Amino acid sequence: MRTDKEMDPFFGNTDKPVTYDRRKFLKNLGGGIVVVFCIGDLSMPDIFGQNIPLEDLNFNAYLRVKENGRVDCYTGKIEMGQGVITSLAMVLAEELGVSVYSVDMIMGDTELCPYDAGTWGSLTTRFADPPIRAAAAEAREVLLGLAADRFGIPKDQLEVKEGIIYVKNDPTKKVSYAELTKGQKIVKSLEQKPEIKKAKDFKLIGKPVISLDAEAKVTGKAKYTGDIKLPGMVYASIARPQVHGSKKLKVDASGLKDFDGARLIEKGDLVAVVHTDPEIADKAAKSIKITWEAPAARANNETIFKYLEDNLKEGKVFEEGGNLKTGRDTSKTVKEASYHDGYKAHASIETHGATCYFEGDKLTMWASSQTPFGTREAVSKALEMPLEKVHLKQIFLGGGFGGKIYNDQAVEAATIAKLCGNPVQLVWSRNEEFLYDKFRPAAVVKTAAGVDENGKLTLWEFDIYCAGTRGTNLFYDVPNNRTRMFDQKGIHPFGTGAWRAPGNNTTTFARESHIDVMAHAAGIDPLTFRLNNLKNENMAATLKLAAKTFGWERAKKSGHGYGIALGEDAGTMVAIIAEVQVDKNTGKVNPVRIVCAQDMGQVVNPHGATLQTEGGITMGLGYALYEEIEFEGGDVKTSNFNNYEIARFSKTPPIECVFIDKMDAKPEGGGEPAIICVGGAIANAVFDACGARVYRMPVSPERILEALKKV
Amino acid sequence: MKQTISFKLNGKPVTVQVSGEESVLTVIRTYLDQTGTKFGCGLGECGSCTVIIDKEPVRSCMITAEDLSGKEVITIEGLSPGGTLHPLQKAFIAHDALQCGFCTPGMIMNAYGLLLKSPKVSREEIIRGMDANLCRCGSYNRIVDAIESAAKEMNKN
Repeated sequence: MRTDKEMDPFFGNTDKPVTYDRRKFLKNLGGGIVVVFCIGDLSMPDIFGQNIPLEDLNFNAYLRVKENGRVDCYTGKIEMGQGVITSLAMVLAEELGVSVYSVDMIMGDTELCPYDAGTWGSLTTRFADPPIRAAAAEAREVLLGLAADRFGIPKDQLEVKEGIIYVKNDPTKKVSYAELTKGQKIVKSLEQKPEIKKAKDFKLIGKPVISLDAEAKVTGKAKYTGDIKLPGMVYASIARPQVHGSKKLKVDASGLKDFDGARLIEKGDLVAVVHTDPEIADKAAKSIKITWEAPAARANNETIFKYLEDNLKEGKVFEEGGNLKTGRDTSKTVKEASYHDGYKAHASIETHGATCYFEGDKLTMWASSQTPFGTREAVSKALEMPLEKVHLKQIFLGGGFGGKIYNDQAVEAATIAKLCGNPVQLVWSRNEEFLYDKFRPAAVVKTAAGVDENGKLTLWEFDIYCAGTRGTNLFYDVPNNRTRMFDQKGIHPFGTGAWRAPGNNTTTFARESHIDVMAHAAGIDPLTFRLNNLKNENMAATLKLAAKTFGWERAKKSGHGYGIALGEDAGTMVAIIAEVQVDKNTGKVNPVRIVCAQDMGQVVNPHGATLQTEGGITMGLGYALYEEIEFEGGDVKTSNFNNYEIARFSKTPPIECVFIDKMDAKPEGGGEPAIICVGGAIANAVFDACGARVYRMPVSPERILEALKKV
Repeated sequence: MKQTISFKLNGKPVTVQVSGEESVLTVIRTYLDQTGTKFGCGLGECGSCTVIIDKEPVRSCMITAEDLSGKEVITIEGLSPGGTLHPLQKAFIAHDALQCGFCTPGMIMNAYGLLLKSPKVSREEIIRGMDANLCRCGSYNRIVDAIESAAKEMNKN
């Protein structure tokens, strides 16, 4: 079956299936110069749970300069809107000396691309970018060497422009990369770090480049998992229980007789229908009557916070210093509070999907996965197939935000394809997407803080329930402090997981709200209070840049308030200042303006970084103001966008992003950091506007009106 | 029972067998293989399936196939005949008014319908007219900028 033509509109060059064998891989790649990046201290570090099998490490970045002069860049990362299809092409083009428009990104194909543990954690620019730069720099040196031989002069008398090597001072002598690579096959394993460019020599890095995939996306040509259509394909629809953790007792599929061509697929608790028409498959699946045994509910969206505190008694110290008793004794004022945050859905506009087919014992699959290699492994385990018999192909993702790290739909689709014998497409409904999302967990943060008579923080106690410790290393200078974490697997009534900068959204909301509480308790302006108490100079500089850009001293309109939040995520310092207007009668919040300053080291594509920052802030308005999953035990009541409000056009204020200029530094994370400060900045601005201190996100009208009663 | 319906899709007459109850989205994506139009929610709540039917932007997931008969449908594939991009498409690229791109066809088609009705649309009217289209990546401000500049460009001609 030839199916790869499906990818032609955008991914032109992924149609040469090869097995998972390096020698064979290199053989099958054909002509052109290949650079393989190598093991050692140059390889991707094992951090944030990137548990990379050792044998895969010596193969973690490569590129190919092709005989037609174009360049393939292979990476295990995927593109889900975060823009690395552009920024990775940029760093390659910069080092190799070619046009960015001559780079073809081959992403997330498990047979063509180097192993990657997953696209998450704002890691791509930090850790996929250096090996690609190194490989490109090495390829440039190889090509210069070939040109030097051809002209019989030393390499240092040559220069590269847009894929053509010129002899300096003699523009008539030139040779293109395309000509040099004809008939060549050079495989380089890097042992040492090649010389990569310094910031002052950058021609492309630091310049704004419009997303390279924009045209494919505005014309509808960009392909997503649900757009793949295979000969003989059937659409699958799964009969679901309403409650998580339900066990199947009885199936009555007698209703299927009303649906011509509908086939029942059953394995364990999986009950599905396949049909050549997706809507008939859906209706037929709904006709199946299943008796489920559902576990009893232990908590709902109101009682969950007490439930978590009651059931998590064992805390682990994450960071501590000084002595808490001394802290209390030397404080003039101590304030305690508990901050709450409900479950949040990822709510990508594209739901989870997988399209796949068997050819003999080999499975080929497109899946909306942030972890193609992990998905390959999960499918191979579930179907008891050798790893090399599962092939995940390159495809665009319609958003991810952490939700597509988890790919139950891939195992479901593969299982159904195996049982029914046809190519299968499974695209989750919006209801399934909410039911089986791995939510950002509900969380509690209990804080106690103290200040002395000079407005210096003297005490900081921070007990985190279920939000993790990411970004919670104290950047405020507090001599007596302790941060603890309370968590336990299986505590939640349904799946939870990483959600764009995970729990850092929750803990930043709690910390920055409480810092504001302390500033007001000390009678000091929140900006001054923070600057007086920060120990991290980079954070202080970031805050100053935000305050200057925002105009912190500007007079406020009546009913308006300003709020600050600071945070650190993925190596990046973030300072957000929000202006909101609050209607005291209705509790409605109208975001008016948001300024975000970031210290993210070297900014590879300032335009792309701005997009990510604006996007994160816009998305963050949703969790800060509207988003919360409603549930009773494992019964997730939230089912669609009509009962899960996210940010909209009318709710999005002007957003201004500024970056600290650090072109000589290494790049830090960009996809996630900005979002963490939105909750805190909005909550503090609401307090400034109307005096309502809301301790639970979302900061909803009801909670504001309730808080106003206490003012 | 299958029935045959005929309508115009992106300027070309098409005839297709339908049961009649299925959504226009299924007709376009599954029966006619025009996959630029996306499924997002199935309830008309997100706008990613927006197409133009007889000059009105509509949620194709909410209209049944039998209502298509004799109608004129435009999808994202019909906006750039012969490969020449529509001013809205050009403006979406120039403003980089997209990230994952999944909501983009629906955004562009909704904006297209908006500009058909009111070519001299104000920024506020754009925001109001686009408000029921959702973008999780958060490109709203850029989308408004893109529509504003495309409207200006289109009014020049």
